[in-house]
Amino acid sequence: MEVVARPFDPRLLRQVPSTRRDVVLLGLLGSAVAIAVVTAAVALARALSAAVELRLDAPAVTLFLAALAARAALTSGLGVVSARMAATVKAGLRADLLAAVGRRGPGWLAGQRAGELATLTGRGLDALDGYFTGYLPQLVLGVTVPVGVLAALAFADLTSAVIVLVTLPLIPVFGILVGWQTRTATERQWHRLQLLGGHFLDMVAGLPTLKAFGRARAQVAAVREMADRHRVATMRTLRIAFLSALVLELVGTISVALVAVPVGLRLLGGGMTLAAAFTVLLLTPEAYAPLRAAGTKFHASMEGLTALDQAFTLLAAAQGAPAGGARTAPRESQIELRGVTVTYDRTTALRDADLVIRPGERLALVGPSGGGKSTLLNLLLGFTVPDAGRVLVDGADLAELDLDAWRRRLGWVPQRAHLFADTVAANIALGDPDASRERIERAARAAAFGPVLDALPQGLDTLLGERGHGLSSGERQRLALARAFLRDAPMLLLDEPTARLDAASEQAVVDATLTLVQGRTALLVAHRPALLAAATRVVRIEHGTLHELVTV
Amino acid sequence: MRGRAGSVWRVLEFAYPLRWRFVGAGVLAAGTEAAGLGLMAAATWLLATAAGQPPLIALSVAIVLVRALAIGRGVLRYVERLASHDAVLRMVSDVRARIFAALVDRPPARRGDALSRMVSDVDAVQDLLIRVLLPMAAAGTVALAAVVTAFAADPLVALVLLAGLAATGVALPLLAARLARHGGARLAPLRAAYAVDTVDLVHGAADLAAFGARTEYEARGAAHAAELARVERSLARRSFAVDAAATMLGGVTAMAVLATALHRGLPGVWLAVLAVATLAAGEIAQSLLAAARKGAEIRGSLDRVAELLDHPAPATADRPDAAGTTAARAAGTPAAGTADSLRGLPVPHGPVHLRLRGAGVRYRADGPPALHGVDLDLPPGKRVAIVGPSGAGKSTLLALLTGVVVPDMGSAEVVAAAPGPRPEATPIGAYDRERWPAAVTGLLADAHLFHASVRDNLLLARPEADDAELVAACRTAGLGDWVGEHGLDVRVGEDGAALSGGQRQRLALARAVLADPELLLLDEPTEGLDPGQADEVLAAVLAHRGDRATVLVTHRLTGLDAFDEVLVLDGGSVKERGTQGWVRAHGG
Repeated sequence: MEVVARPFDPRLLRQVPSTRRDVVLLGLLGSAVAIAVVTAAVALARALSAAVELRLDAPAVTLFLAALAARAALTSGLGVVSARMAATVKAGLRADLLAAVGRRGPGWLAGQRAGELATLTGRGLDALDGYFTGYLPQLVLGVTVPVGVLAALAFADLTSAVIVLVTLPLIPVFGILVGWQTRTATERQWHRLQLLGGHFLDMVAGLPTLKAFGRARAQVAAVREMADRHRVATMRTLRIAFLSALVLELVGTISVALVAVPVGLRLLGGGMTLAAAFTVLLLTPEAYAPLRAAGTKFHASMEGLTALDQAFTLLAAAQGAPAGGARTAPRESQIELRGVTVTYDRTTALRDADLVIRPGERLALVGPSGGGKSTLLNLLLGFTVPDAGRVLVDGADLAELDLDAWRRRLGWVPQRAHLFADTVAANIALGDPDASRERIERAARAAAFGPVLDALPQGLDTLLGERGHGLSSGERQRLALARAFLRDAPMLLLDEPTARLDAASEQAVVDATLTLVQGRTALLVAHRPALLAAATRVVRIEHGTLHELVTV
Repeated sequence: MRGRAGSVWRVLEFAYPLRWRFVGAGVLAAGTEAAGLGLMAAATWLLATAAGQPPLIALSVAIVLVRALAIGRGVLRYVERLASHDAVLRMVSDVRARIFAALVDRPPARRGDALSRMVSDVDAVQDLLIRVLLPMAAAGTVALAAVVTAFAADPLVALVLLAGLAATGVALPLLAARLARHGGARLAPLRAAYAVDTVDLVHGAADLAAFGARTEYEARGAAHAAELARVERSLARRSFAVDAAATMLGGVTAMAVLATALHRGLPGVWLAVLAVATLAAGEIAQSLLAAARKGAEIRGSLDRVAELLDHPAPATADRPDAAGTTAARAAGTPAAGTADSLRGLPVPHGPVHLRLRGAGVRYRADGPPALHGVDLDLPPGKRVAIVGPSGAGKSTLLALLTGVVVPDMGSAEVVAAAPGPRPEATPIGAYDRERWPAAVTGLLADAHLFHASVRDNLLLARPEADDAELVAACRTAGLGDWVGEHGLDVRVGEDGAALSGGQRQRLALARAVLADPELLLLDEPTEGLDPGQADEVLAAVLAHRGDRATVLVTHRLTGLDAFDEVLVLDGGSVKERGTQGWVRAHGG
């Protein structure tokens, strides 16, 4: 677990500007709560001292109840504002994160980042609720209420005020000290705890494998033993971790004793009024309460702060100009790669590559996986930007073209198309929502998706699950081809459309692909000989360099 | 659908063996709350009495009490938290072991997200005890003690106190739980819909960009996010209104107690003590709002845990101690009978002759069969390749041979080696399931690598194997150089995350090779390897098998010359079958 030490992340105010107003509002409400707390305590003290003399001080009781009502309403207001802030911040960060994806393009999302981003944007940010509605209001009250209480105490009894003033900082100081101590101890334990805690999930996930080797029953004892070891390790950590709670608790309660006993003795000597004494007794715990509450909720809100930190880090990494420019691509496009080099973290995907693709050519790309074939396609889509060299469309640099307009002239069939949780029709008509049903149906049939469509319960209107759940990989590939058919673009980019398909699906997809590429410029990444038949040229890419193989 | 209380009781059966620990933790929790209440009451008594200027000796007990309670509360809280966490973690160990044992006997149905959800569901057990039931017990005890004390002073005052505490500590928490449940039911579908939006926008980013559909999908996501924010805000308003009502109710109760006590003519010092103590008791009752909300939140998780626990306990899995026997008794399982039915026939040593006759499997009563009318003869030493599109029933066929799935139609059986006293054929399901893998196992579709060392992952297949045998198996799977470089002690990460896709597959294959069963099953063993390497590895494994039986499931048609029979499955039944040379004849 990453520990974020700051209780408030100032980047929030910059990233979601509307929170500034809310922060001011929280401060105002917090100050009002402090006034209500002091008023209620003073009024109650008066009512109690009257009661000791067997009198009912009705104005004091009324004032107490009124102040308490104000306190309850204002504290709720504080919570509502915090909750509104949580909702606003989550919606704002979600929009920013998704906009960052749109701005930086799919190339930026490579690998792990996509998963992290989807989790964070989806459910991860919900952890902010705990921070905003639990911790933040207490933090505000932890500033305003002690100030108000100290002012009132100084007025009622200076000695008590001094005691509270001296002991109050002990809460954050001890909190930080113990927290710091806990953290080093926890960090030492953390790896071990995580290993033990993850063991159960690992065993459950691997249950079919354990069964396959006849080891499942033997592992029941191991599961119990690991759970026991997890308990022992956890308890060792908790013994230290709970110390911070102990300190917070003790500072609060001992201060009550520290204040009450001398005040009682002074009452005995007649040096103080009973109302003033009660005021001191009732106010003292109020000074510590918000800080204690914040302290106990800090741990629970850590997850939210970590999510916040993650979001800001991702957004900072997403800084940078959007890809592409504003120029419109020329009509009949000859595409040229001039000295293009693309490097990833450690490997060079393309090295000083030169290539010309003339209109109407069908170029097949072959070579071992990882050789740079997909990188070449990503360059043309504008997903990847060359580290050196240029990609030219009829002499114009792709980097200066309006990418959306350029992509409208491309039909793309990736290795693994993403299917959306939407109807089959919407999935085929991606980017062309106004397409008529006849056109969609025609595209589907052309892509050999027809038989699938006929088998689906509601045909084109069938709703697909998350990530196209419900279709096999062969069916998904045909749907992706249907997209390209509907797109009817002058240039096609096909990335191994038959990878991972079984023999029957492969033949259907190959046939459909051969129809699709007729009369268009095409770049096909191919493993199978069947697709190579459609090519007019074959280029082999290996270790990032291009070799022209055959010109038919 | 069981009632909520049913799930709670089902889970609490696991607390029974630890009941004294939980009672102890409850007493400590109640003591903590009582100390807090006592501290304020004693301090009030001290001040109110001191104002009458009695001799100092009259205050000495109160002074000691105030100091003792001030320290006692913190220390009690610390000890209570340790005691309750220790007890609940012991209970969770039992629950985990028991759920795992229940899953051992279930057909494999759960995958991915459902699995991790189940694991986090178990954490709900922890919350149920520590954040719901213990605070309730402690607050209830202290409230009861306060009411009884007040009753000693005056019955009418006690009645007012009881009414106030019941409203704060029972009625409002019930309302809070209702709101939380209702809110959860409204939020869950919205959150799920938004999660799907983000998956589409992030994982579909390339498709959206290439087809210019980003704006449309972004707008859809934004609309869902805004609706989510709106509902969250409205739920927060209601929930904080309940909090405000509780605060207010505490003050009103205190004033009502004060007025009643004054009216009933109680002594002045006690009036102040009663009022302050009532406020403190009200605060304790207010803490039940959080407990009630937590209870509503974990309800679904508890139901799922209880449902898993309902599965009868396999007797062999239970530890022979109090926890195990209690759990077994609670589930109504006669331990001995279960053990017998699970043992089954001893698995024969040496070569086995398996046979499928008209075998069919139907996973859902209303669905089409996953497998239908399959005949397959597997005498010792035979090599069979099964090809066909995904969903054709290939993996189901393997599951019949491993005994994980029992045929709904026809039979999957072991043919007796020679005529004898035994029947001619015995169903696979009749054998000891735990030992059947000695006869039939291999690399199956959902092979998992454990977050442990390479050695531990391999030893799973044959615990008695020595290092030389492990290295030999790795060499057969084409992992020899890698193991030579990194050794057997290197950890493979979560489900092999520290390995490349190819290494992962080879390690799983090495494990299957090491198991060395009479019939080796290989489900897409070379997936993720490039074609040249795939042929090489498959050849090495077959060479290692020598003259023992192997069944290979593949979608590649190369390298099948070495097989005696090729089966083409489609839609759950055998579409074509051929002997050696079939593939060549069919132009694959």
